[in-house]
Amino acid sequence: MKKHHITLNVNGDEYDALVEPQQSLLDVLRDKLMLTGTKEGCATGDCGACSVIVDGVLQCACLMLGVEAQGVHVETIEGMAQGSDLHPLQKAFLEFNGLQCGICTPGVLVAAKALLERNPDPTETEVRYWLAGNLCRCTGYDKLIQSVLIAAKEMRGA
Amino acid sequence: MAHDILENSGFAADRKLNIVGTSPIKHDGWDKVTGAAKFSSDLILPGMLVGKILRSPHPHAVIKSIDTSEAEKLAGVKAVVTGADFPKIKEGTPYGDMTRMVMAQEKVYHEGHPVAAVAATSEAVAKKALKLIKVDYEVLPHVIDPVAAMQPDAPILHSYMRTKGATPNDPKVSADRPSNIVERYELGVGDVDAAFKEADVIVERTFDTKPMHQGYIEPQSCVATCSEEGEIELWCCTQAPFVYRDRLSEILKVDGSKIKVQQSELGGGFGGKTAFYAEPVAIQLARKARRPVKITFTRSEVFRGTGPVSGTQSRIKIGCKKDGTITAAEAELIFQTGPYSGSAFTNAPQAMFTRYDLKNVRTVSYEVVSNRPKVASFRAPCVPQVVFGVEGIMSELANKIGMDQIDFRRKNAMADGAKTIYAETFGKIGFIETLEAAKACDHYLSPVPKGQGRGISTGFWFNRGGETSSTLNVAPDGSVTITIGTADVAGSRISISMMVAEELGIPVDKVRAVLADTHQLGFNRVTAGSRTTFSQGVVLVDCARKVIKEMAGRAARIWNVPEEGVEFSNGSFRPAGANVGEFQPLTIADIAKKTTSTEGAIAARSDMNVTGAGPGFGCHIVDVAVDEETGAVEIKRYTVVEDAGKAIHPLQVEGQFQGGAVQGIGWALNEEYIFGEDGKMQNPGFLDYRMPVASDVPNIDTVIVEVPNPRHPFGLRGVGEVPVVPTMAAIANAIGNCIGVRPQSLPMSPPRMLQWIKERDAAK
Repeated sequence: MKKHHITLNVNGDEYDALVEPQQSLLDVLRDKLMLTGTKEGCATGDCGACSVIVDGVLQCACLMLGVEAQGVHVETIEGMAQGSDLHPLQKAFLEFNGLQCGICTPGVLVAAKALLERNPDPTETEVRYWLAGNLCRCTGYDKLIQSVLIAAKEMRGA
Repeated sequence: MAHDILENSGFAADRKLNIVGTSPIKHDGWDKVTGAAKFSSDLILPGMLVGKILRSPHPHAVIKSIDTSEAEKLAGVKAVVTGADFPKIKEGTPYGDMTRMVMAQEKVYHEGHPVAAVAATSEAVAKKALKLIKVDYEVLPHVIDPVAAMQPDAPILHSYMRTKGATPNDPKVSADRPSNIVERYELGVGDVDAAFKEADVIVERTFDTKPMHQGYIEPQSCVATCSEEGEIELWCCTQAPFVYRDRLSEILKVDGSKIKVQQSELGGGFGGKTAFYAEPVAIQLARKARRPVKITFTRSEVFRGTGPVSGTQSRIKIGCKKDGTITAAEAELIFQTGPYSGSAFTNAPQAMFTRYDLKNVRTVSYEVVSNRPKVASFRAPCVPQVVFGVEGIMSELANKIGMDQIDFRRKNAMADGAKTIYAETFGKIGFIETLEAAKACDHYLSPVPKGQGRGISTGFWFNRGGETSSTLNVAPDGSVTITIGTADVAGSRISISMMVAEELGIPVDKVRAVLADTHQLGFNRVTAGSRTTFSQGVVLVDCARKVIKEMAGRAARIWNVPEEGVEFSNGSFRPAGANVGEFQPLTIADIAKKTTSTEGAIAARSDMNVTGAGPGFGCHIVDVAVDEETGAVEIKRYTVVEDAGKAIHPLQVEGQFQGGAVQGIGWALNEEYIFGEDGKMQNPGFLDYRMPVASDVPNIDTVIVEVPNPRHPFGLRGVGEVPVVPTMAAIANAIGNCIGVRPQSLPMSPPRMLQWIKERDAAK
């Protein structure tokens, strides 16, 4: 099977990879670039565990082909903290127990970051609808939603 | 070995606690918010191959032959296995059935049943190889519905099967002919017929529920390696590393000492990761290929290949007097288990009425095999399905006699010392306190908003102890490592570390919990039944006490005083009295520093079959609104009230309450396996098998009741199972109060709601 050479930027670093035509961006991140923080829960775009930001747009990495990722800028969970300085969302999830098992957490955090970049002061309902694409089976969403609202407040300096 | 702590936990209600009862950040949290945590599919090894499984397209068929020769010839294929590559163990025995569930031998029993597997250099090659495997099937008639499977003319899954517990008094079962009924189980007490005659009101209803899936977001994944000497290493997500090892040893005929199971971080389990699926297959492929093999399930494989819960049908009858006293209860319960036994269905008759002090109860339960994936555990296995019925009748009875819903349950509530129908006598329990807290909470005191309906329900789970083996090591700087062999399903490492820190009087940051592999510790039972934080608390407090005793001895020798002259409090060793002499207190760290200059390593281990788990009780209150045009049910407000005994880490306890309730909301309103006429699951993906998303649910309010369990050093009970037990019943009761018809079937999904509304209107 003919492979395609792509170059892409992930979290500020340049990478290149040889990808098979059927491989998704998620496969590229996990299997080619060894960036395993982005998780696969379904590979059909229904669970949001592989949420990443591609050229500023939130999307499921499983729904984009690797060959389509030529030249794009991707933000993943690995790029969220600045060194050991956690993003306010990460801090809030730790402090208010916004995670239990942690498998959905990378996707939820990336999706929440995309929300707060568009809307720094969301209502609880807006957070719930924005995160409706991210399945969590442990928390019942309560503390996860509260953590996002607390981080938003913190980021607004309120 | 006798363990004093099991008889005398040292629990003291007035003990001043510094750490237990606070909510520190969990130590594994940092890796989980940065993407660094290693879940099952995150391991990559040199030379690793990709394993893929070929699954049956038929729900029931004889495998006449399998030809793998073309697949084996494909470049990049390094190993192919079928059922013939597993040691032959007789079907109808526990290990014989277990090995056939992992890889079919004579027959396939459900759509998605594995029939062969390949290991190849890439996923694309592995998939191509699967297409080259030729399986010749003789398709047989199938049966999925458990009631249909019980009929004498139903297709029989196992010609050798005879019903266990058959009695001539029950025409449904016979010990003389093949049957799909695995077992008939009778449990009861008192004179039920006479007691029903004393009742003023009797309600009898029939209920049914469908299989739902545990729905963990992390699909099963594992990596198996095999050394040239035959030592096996397995990395996987599991709730039961030691149980996996022992079962692998039995079905693969390999010494347990040559199998190392290392649990990864666990991306959700809820009971569904208590049994292995891909793991033995990956091992057989790795042994054949002599290279590491990773198998990761797709979501469709998770749905079609791993265990949903039992579908059920139940007929339940309860009678009470006008003053609210229940005189008698009766139930006939049917549990669908997939191709082999394993539903743990006896939980249901034991738990369904337990919380009410009943003197006359009769139950008959049946476990029935069928052509769907084999059942796996899920929070409080088999109990929520039947409580769905019990609590519906309880609400109806309360309405009929004009009594407040909580008062009616309070009138019949079990108190300390109550005896269950399964002959356990409870010690200190908190059901009455839970009901009182529910009655006093803001939700129950608030009027039901116009156009909405309110429902309540209660639930019980035994909680468990069991075999637990752990070690505690003190480093020379005074920090402490605890090595645990149970799984961490949602944050138990921090709660366990907190109890150790409290006992030793050191900050919780000085304690680190490590998830052991199976070579490092003695046998640990599966993490299930809300046993882990309870049992580990007992075992590791025992370790901490041993270490304190050891250190007190060293302090005595440093001071050259008798051992009884040293006492320990607030993290320091001090002279027990003025007569001992004047010495500066020594902290844990002070003595740890002298590890080599005293007697060497300061460490303890404890291995116990832990007893003394405290029963758990909960009460849920829910308000719903129903859109009668679409049939959609909206959860408007939800409150979970539950006795935790003692909340070690209150945020985690609340998280258990909330998560359990929302899983129950999914089960109540949407989740079900839908099978076609062809016996195939029609909705094996998250789009069509719809679990609750954030916008489907409100905040879940919680009330933590604390009636301490005196058999635990800090008073804790388990909290993981009870939160899902009352949920579907509470929601159904709320719907009933909203639309005037109490649903008797799950899920209460829009098409079915519309049907019930239509039937209601037709009956007017």
